[in-house]
Amino acid sequence: MADHKILLDVRGLKMHFPIKTSLFSRAKNYIYAVDGVDFAVRKGETLGLVGESGCGKSTTARAVAQLYKPTAGEVILNGKDLTKLPPQEMIEARKNMQMVFQDPYASLNPRMTAGEIIAEPIKIFQKRGLIDMTTEERNDRVEHLMEKVGLSRFFKNRYPHEFSGGQRQRIGIARALALNPELILCDEPVSALDVSIQSQILNLFKDLQDEFGLTYLFIAHDLSVIRYISTRVAVMYLGKIVEIADAAELYKNPLHPYTQALLSAAPIPDPKVEAKRQRIILTGDVPSPDKQRPGCNFYDRCWKRMDACRECKPQLREASPGHEVSCFLYHKPE
Amino acid sequence: MTDEVILQVRDLKTYFTVDEGIVKAVDGVSFDLHRGETLGIVGESGSGKSVTNLSIINLIPTPPGKIAGGQVLFHGKDLLSMPPNEIRQIRGNKISMIFQDPMTSLNPFLRISTQMIETIQLHQGLDQKAAKEKAIEMLKLAGIPAPEKRIDQYPHQFSGGMRQRVMIAMGLSCNPEILIADEPTSALDVTIQAQILELIQELTHKLGTAVIMITHSLGVVAGMCDTICVMYAGRIVERGRTEEIFESPKHPYTRGLIRSVPRLDRDTAERLYSIPGQPPNVIDLPDCCPFYPRCDKAMDICKKKYPPSVAFENGQSASCWLYTKEAQNG
Repeated sequence: MADHKILLDVRGLKMHFPIKTSLFSRAKNYIYAVDGVDFAVRKGETLGLVGESGCGKSTTARAVAQLYKPTAGEVILNGKDLTKLPPQEMIEARKNMQMVFQDPYASLNPRMTAGEIIAEPIKIFQKRGLIDMTTEERNDRVEHLMEKVGLSRFFKNRYPHEFSGGQRQRIGIARALALNPELILCDEPVSALDVSIQSQILNLFKDLQDEFGLTYLFIAHDLSVIRYISTRVAVMYLGKIVEIADAAELYKNPLHPYTQALLSAAPIPDPKVEAKRQRIILTGDVPSPDKQRPGCNFYDRCWKRMDACRECKPQLREASPGHEVSCFLYHKPE
Repeated sequence: MTDEVILQVRDLKTYFTVDEGIVKAVDGVSFDLHRGETLGIVGESGSGKSVTNLSIINLIPTPPGKIAGGQVLFHGKDLLSMPPNEIRQIRGNKISMIFQDPMTSLNPFLRISTQMIETIQLHQGLDQKAAKEKAIEMLKLAGIPAPEKRIDQYPHQFSGGMRQRVMIAMGLSCNPEILIADEPTSALDVTIQAQILELIQELTHKLGTAVIMITHSLGVVAGMCDTICVMYAGRIVERGRTEEIFESPKHPYTRGLIRSVPRLDRDTAERLYSIPGQPPNVIDLPDCCPFYPRCDKAMDICKKKYPPSVAFENGQSASCWLYTKEAQNG
């Protein structure tokens, strides 16, 4: 499994989107979608990123993939900072990192066949002269990938609408594998799927990881999915990581009040367990990330808040080896 | 929950005619709902959960849809054969609904007050002022802060969770006997979902309302429902009390479904169970068990005939050949 070599290192990543009131005016306000996120992904592991809608999970993935130009911070993949590389080199380095998206309906071009969709990343890099492959080799590769993800190669000439949701997600996964990447960014890849199909796709992700030694950054809002798939888990709230730890440790011993609330709110498919559970019901909604708060982002909804939380920002600090949390309950304000 | 049955669904069939053939979205569904009971209908997309409930209140768009058979008896009266003006007095009044997406079920052009007062006036015969007071009281019950101010706002001024609270307030404002909740929390975040489920539970217990809860989440039914119906390809394949279904699921589909959900509260063993294959296409289904291509216990007879419903001693029932005499004899 993980040999501790760091494959992806994200430092101080910020992604602010300007809100413009008119076309020519300068932006006065910003959405602070991702506001200073640090994490590292080791080779061969799965880092789960979990949080509610609007907490910045997807924006983080997109900023890592350089689909957005980050406002600040470094994204170091295999020792190279993608944010500082010239475009040509960045694209070459990015070959090592692919994405799988949430919506298997919107993320496949309806006018391309399954085979064309899977071959497209290879074609793009062929055009740039970065891959040397004959057409025959490319076709073999596409068929090989289709079988790997559990699709018959005879489906190569079918169009996306002829596939079910689960099969489409398999096409999306085959496309992400086409360039033989080390890292795959999975942005809610199973949340649009039915329960029985979801478990098939989760197992497929695990099998592919074992076979190709893949590393995943896996985003989901479903805590039980994250527990099943992840080696380590990072919990996000309002643009920041509030807690990060090994999966087993985080679920057994959650430290941040938000993580505790999140875990207690998630329903468990067992009536006996449900009947005995004590819920922490948070009041209010997730606030809008349109202003920067002087203190802790979770202050408004926290049931353990103290005076210090309003004025000072907690930083992510180690509470026990490998378990980092950003909360003043576990370290003093500086 | 009492023994009094308030709603009986008998052999309900709802078909849709499409270019490719006939879609039997609901094909022979029967169940009873008791006063104050919370009944969960679980199933995957396309299994007929929502169509079942739209059929109950006679809201199937015709054409292409058509209720092809069956009865829905509400206090002994068949809702399906009732004239439109009579059912209109029941729908929204005695039986009300909340839907998955609170943005599309509220009118974006009208203030919350207009929408709520309209319903209350129509069904309760109150005057404008009394109706508004009632609406404010319901919003307050549903946990909306400063309801006197919020009631004059538009739906877009509310967040997703708040809109769902408005829908619940509206749904319960006429003291319905039955509340049909169609995936009420699927569009919401976990922490908001917990708030809304708790609210539905608390209010319906207080008002003695029976709930039909449609959901794809086994976690939601485990925490909320007294009884469960599991649907697959337009039919109920298993039925019973929640604890018993989770404790000893009889139908191979139910068993597979429960095993294929990853658990939050324990380390899942090496590999998650998964049901092979895809849910069937419900166009022109043959008269066999629709689950047999995916079933790990499939026998010859499963390919030939649809299994009858077998009742067990504890009140559970399942439609599966495993439990019939025919199968045991060979």
